[in-house]
Amino acid sequence: MIAAARCILRRDLLLALRRRGDVATALLFFVIVASLFPLGVGAEPEQLRAIAPGVIWVAALLSSLLSLARLFADDHADGTLEQMLLGAAPLGVIVAAKLLAHWLVAGLPLVAIAPLLALQYGLPAPLYGTLALSLLLGTPVLSLIGAIGAALTLGLRGGGVLLALLVLPLYVPVLVFGAGSLDMAAAGLAPQGQLQLLAALLVVSAAFAPWAIAAALRISTE
Amino acid sequence: MSAAINWFWFASPQTFFPLAGRIARACWVLAALLALAGLYVGFFVAPTDAQQGEAYRIIFIHVPAAWMSMFLYVVMALWAALGLAFNTRLSSMMASAIAPTGALFTFLALWTGALWGRPTWGAYWVWDARLTSELILLFLYLGFMALQAAIDDPRRADRAGALLAIVGVVNVPIIYYSVVWWNTLHQGASVSLTRAPSMAATMLAGMLLMVLAFWLYSIAASLTRLRCIIRERE
Repeated sequence: MIAAARCILRRDLLLALRRRGDVATALLFFVIVASLFPLGVGAEPEQLRAIAPGVIWVAALLSSLLSLARLFADDHADGTLEQMLLGAAPLGVIVAAKLLAHWLVAGLPLVAIAPLLALQYGLPAPLYGTLALSLLLGTPVLSLIGAIGAALTLGLRGGGVLLALLVLPLYVPVLVFGAGSLDMAAAGLAPQGQLQLLAALLVVSAAFAPWAIAAALRISTE
Repeated sequence: MSAAINWFWFASPQTFFPLAGRIARACWVLAALLALAGLYVGFFVAPTDAQQGEAYRIIFIHVPAAWMSMFLYVVMALWAALGLAFNTRLSSMMASAIAPTGALFTFLALWTGALWGRPTWGAYWVWDARLTSELILLFLYLGFMALQAAIDDPRRADRAGALLAIVGVVNVPIIYYSVVWWNTLHQGASVSLTRAPSMAATMLAGMLLMVLAFWLYSIAASLTRLRCIIRERE
């Protein structure tokens, strides 16, 4: 079981490494969306500082959607997914390994590049830690919840738009707590409460989402 | 034992079809009568509110619609889960039959709320926690319907919709509380939805009549839609 998980993790990371363009696209999308807002709302530093948490988090949400659409599509197209469904290893474990690989190539880079956006928006330096921590806790939840939608819309026409419609309402708590923790920190309050709620979301979704995703994959491929 | 057999007898779409027609007809008639009575009490008998004037009368539509919108989502998820667990076709059909009615009531609650908010708060829309969570509920309904509409195979549509509805029903309380906390975090209680605590007996009577009417309407509309789905599939 552990060996299967390690094998999947290695394989997906290797595939991502061979196709670096995909990873870069989602990351670039994140940066571009966040860079468009000042052009739209004006460049007053005060205003930018006020909207920064929300903008960065919404950009992270959209970027995660973009990368999720591809999560199972390639495996489904070349038949790998069917082999995984038929294999002896529990599907939930395989899914968890795939998600870990996906987060390492799609979620972690967002955490790494977020300070750059914070710089663009003139956020004070003490907030960088909170920003990184909230993204570190929040982006895996986005991957976990979003993968349920990705599995349900597998192989459907208009899958990408449908995925957004299914998943974005479910992202609301992550957005609220993620941006909320930054707002708390910006107001000089302790953001621990919001971060702990994010961590709670992460624990709950990590425990249940892989099995829901496995069930969704079975429904979509039968 | 005989009771159990009877229940399973009606679990088949073919045998439930005529019964659904009879129940739906009775519910349509009762819903119309109760709605007429409720609207009469609401518009002509109930006194004018001391604080809000005549504008408050929208609650006779708004409050029952808001209740039904939340309740129907749970009912829909329940039927969908039953369909997923026991593989009964009728339960899944029931879930897809309820969804449009639930979405309709959610929309109605938002719409009447906006109409009520304009004279009372001075704005059609405020980012109040209840309004926001109702809006997200509408998105959940629309997502469920869009997913089912996108899948051609009805069995897969049923099961995929069921999983989504279950995930949604687990998330609804989390979304609700996150929005409540978000709201209290961003702004003070500038607008409170709590109305005058004491309510005239006739107001309450009118509202309860409308609640019953909406219940019966939901049953009637869902069963009528269920009959269409059975005709389409079987």
